[in-house]
Amino acid sequence: MSKSVRFLIPLVIFGALVILLVIGLGKDPSKVPSPLIGKSVPAFSLPELTDPDRSVGDEDLKGQISLVNVWASWCGSCRQEHQALMALSKETDFQIVGLNWKDDARDALAVLRMTGNPYAMNGYDPDNKVGLHWGVYGAPETFVVDQKGVIRYKHIGPIDRKVWEETLQPLVAQLKAEGA
Amino acid sequence: MPPLLKKDPLIKMSPVIKSLALGALLLLGSGSLSAYTLEEFQFDSPEQQTEFRELIAKLRCLVCQNESLAGSQAELAQDLRNEVYRMMRAGQSQDEILDFLVERYGDFVLYDPPLKPSTYLLWFGPFVLIGIAGFVVVRTILAKKRATDEPISASEQERLQALLDNSTDSPSSGPRST
Repeated sequence: MSKSVRFLIPLVIFGALVILLVIGLGKDPSKVPSPLIGKSVPAFSLPELTDPDRSVGDEDLKGQISLVNVWASWCGSCRQEHQALMALSKETDFQIVGLNWKDDARDALAVLRMTGNPYAMNGYDPDNKVGLHWGVYGAPETFVVDQKGVIRYKHIGPIDRKVWEETLQPLVAQLKAEGA
Repeated sequence: MPPLLKKDPLIKMSPVIKSLALGALLLLGSGSLSAYTLEEFQFDSPEQQTEFRELIAKLRCLVCQNESLAGSQAELAQDLRNEVYRMMRAGQSQDEILDFLVERYGDFVLYDPPLKPSTYLLWFGPFVLIGIAGFVVVRTILAKKRATDEPISASEQERLQALLDNSTDSPSSGPRST
C-alpha cells in the first residue's frame, strides 16, 4: 500500500463516522417506529363519542381509506392540527376516524362543539384499552389504514400542510390507485 | 413537534396559585398523591412481586425514554404497568408479556435489543472494531520488531562508534539522549 493511500484511511473512517452521526442527529428519538405497519388493524369495539349507543370498530375501517387520528382535549398539538383535519374532512377519498384517547367525554364533546367535528366517527377510549393495542404512546398520532383494513403508515405528531402534502396525500393517492 | 402528553394541571393556574400549590406539594413531601408505588399492586407471593419488578425493569417507558416502566411516573407507563400486572395475574409468562408489548410498541420497549439480522451490527460491531484494532496493534508491533532485528551496516557501526567516543570524552556536555 502506498504511503499517500495509507494517510487517507483515517480521513475516510472519520468521514464515514461524521455521516453516520449526522444521520443519527437528524432523527427524532421521540418517534418510535410502529411494528404494526403492514398488519391488519387490531380488532376492537368502542362506544361512539357523540352517540354512545353506536359503536366504532375495526369493521368500520374496511371498504375505504381511513385516517385514524388519536386525539384528546388535553392535548395542545391536537388543537393545532384540528383546523387541518377540518379542511381534510371535506375530501371524499377517505374518512377521518377519531380515537378519543384517555380523555373525558364532556371535554372532548366541548372541543368538537366549539371547533367543529372533522370525524366521521369517534371511538371513545378513556382508559387506553384500544390505544394500547394500537401502540399509541402519545397524542396526536395518525394511522393511515387502507381499504382492506391494513395499517399502512403511522404519523406521530400533528398533521400540518407540509406533512399532508409531502407524506399523507401521496400515500392516500397511492392507496386509492391500488384499490381502484 | 413531539406528541404532547397529558399536561400537568398546575400549568393552567396563575403564577401565585402555582407557587402556593408547589409549596403545598413540597410540604407534603415525596408522598405526593399521584405518585406511583408498587404497593398498589397486590401479589400472591414475594416471588411474583420480584418477577413483576424484573419485568417492568426490562421495559422502556415510551414517553420518557430514559426511564424504565419501573421508574416512570408517566401516565402511559402506569397504563402499561397495569397491563403487565393484569397479564401476569392471568397467568401469562414473561415471554408472552414481552412479546405482546413488542408486537404493539416494537423492539423499542425492550432495553435489551433482541439479536436479529437488523441488530447484528449493534451486537457484534464493537467486537469487530476490537478485532480490527488488535490486528493493527499486532501488525505494528511485528513491523517494529522486524526493523530492530535488522543488523546495522558497517557505515552505521562507524557512526555509532564515533558518537560513543564523543560522549565518553565529555560526559557532561550536550544532552544525555537524542
